[in-house]
Amino acid sequence: MTTAAAPPETARTVLACRQVSVTFPETEALKGVDLQLSEGEWLGLIGPNGAGKTTLLAAIAGLLDHEGTVRLACGRPPTGIDVALVPQIPILPDGMTVAEYALLGRSPHLGWLAVESRRDRHIVASVLERLDLQDFAARPLSQLSGGEIQRVVLARALAQQAPILLLDEPTSALDLGHRAAVLELIDGLRRSDGISVIAAMHDLGTAARFADRLALIDRGRIVTAGSPRNVLTPGRLSSIYATPLSVHTIDGELVVVAAPRARQEDRP
Amino acid sequence: MALLSATTGAAGLAFGDVVASLADRLPLVDVDSPLSAREEGILFKIRMPRLVLGMLVGGSLAMAGATYQGIFRNPLADPYLLGVSAGAGFGAVLALGFGLDVSWGPFDALPAAAFLGALIAVGASAAIARGAWHSPATLLLGGIAMAAFFSAAQTYAIGRLSETRTREVLSWLFGRLNTSGWSEVWILGPYVVVCGTVLLLHRRHLDVLRVGDDEARSLGLRPGRSRLVVIGAASLLTAAAVSVSGLIAFVGLVVPHIIRLLVSHSYRVIVPLSALGGAAFLALVDTGARTLTAPAELPVGVITAFVGAPFFALVLWRGARRVTI
Repeated sequence: MTTAAAPPETARTVLACRQVSVTFPETEALKGVDLQLSEGEWLGLIGPNGAGKTTLLAAIAGLLDHEGTVRLACGRPPTGIDVALVPQIPILPDGMTVAEYALLGRSPHLGWLAVESRRDRHIVASVLERLDLQDFAARPLSQLSGGEIQRVVLARALAQQAPILLLDEPTSALDLGHRAAVLELIDGLRRSDGISVIAAMHDLGTAARFADRLALIDRGRIVTAGSPRNVLTPGRLSSIYATPLSVHTIDGELVVVAAPRARQEDRP
Repeated sequence: MALLSATTGAAGLAFGDVVASLADRLPLVDVDSPLSAREEGILFKIRMPRLVLGMLVGGSLAMAGATYQGIFRNPLADPYLLGVSAGAGFGAVLALGFGLDVSWGPFDALPAAAFLGALIAVGASAAIARGAWHSPATLLLGGIAMAAFFSAAQTYAIGRLSETRTREVLSWLFGRLNTSGWSEVWILGPYVVVCGTVLLLHRRHLDVLRVGDDEARSLGLRPGRSRLVVIGAASLLTAAAVSVSGLIAFVGLVVPHIIRLLVSHSYRVIVPLSALGGAAFLALVDTGARTLTAPAELPVGVITAFVGAPFFALVLWRGARRVTI
């Protein structure tokens, strides 16, 4: 029996997953996931490696064959116009410039044989400006730093103008300073544009800080979902991550650390 | 480039005279051609068809090469290296050698047989590489396997031909632009127009596919369908070019690479510029083929291989660390 991750009653639901299951040749990757996302909400997906976070995002983006349904509020399955996926390890084509890369984000809005119009280029230019990338527009991707790359990939997603943003470990490649900066940026966009976010997040403290709601996934199921304070309990985390963990509040923020006696073991 | 080719040749027509004669043929231009009727004949029945055919073939091969490079996300893809040319060649040898002389309007059996061979070759190369199309080594090894197989099949087929047929087929295999008037141009022309249009219309797809199938799908593209259409068009174009000109190697590799180095990595630019660049390149090379050992002629495929093989080696050498199996 999975726990339904239900949002607060008041907000409008923009996306709902019902009994979503994905089976890979060898294993079952998702088992009957129910999930709802409200307008403007940041839902954090947490759980050990291989729990199914990436698979769930891919199923929502329509990249995988799955059982069950993923539906928008209007009853349609989402496409690239509705959800923009930021992959964990994006492929950065050799020699492609920042502007050319961001322009790919307009693709879902174009017909089979259409090419980008002036309006599409205008949208991309304004997205680049918003992310402070306008000076990089003509620069090849290979010349950018990790933090800049992350902003460029985000720019492509924003160029899709989708109301739902799917982020797969958006900051795993970044150092601590850039990590916070990118997440602040996404948080700001969410508040100003009313975008809803589903983000698979590795760092539990960061997840607690940015997400309105967390869904804890383990072995293809949502184990529990709710406010960070309710989800991040030492007993539950320790059993799922198979390592003793303790949860502390420092300056009003939740911090999850491995308990001292587990130091010699592998940490999650 | 084209002008240079038109004015150079064994018959020794003066540059200015040729220009004047060409200008005379343009609508609304009235210059008295200084060339004699015989010289006009050489220009318009021998040199011009050959020049136009060379440009069509060069443009076709370069455009097909650029497309294969995009669709397989592989900078070393080329009709010749993928075994597509060999496949087309085998199909064409069967059609030529065994006198498969069926035609339907302007379309005859030769391009069709070549197309079938080309499709089998590209399909098999891609199948051998399975999902690892973007790994240059894997795809090329598949191409090498196909090329070796089709070459052997070709040799076997040629061995069973009569002597006159053999000579005809061999001279065709070397890659040649010998024409008999405009007929080859009319055979290839429709394929260039149709396939070229299809490829130009899909050049945005090639750019989207550069981020890989999964991301392309999340950007609303259907990679399988795009690939099918584009590979079909590029292979048909290659087959048509091969069926009139034989095996001309490396044009599809060299030209897109030069465009990429000099202008842009975007396929929106590479595809059309490769068509133009390939046309200019083969016009230039064929001028060399006609004049270097005049009055004898070199097969044009020999010169492109002389230029292309070292270039290919250079590309491999520069990217050596990235080509892994």
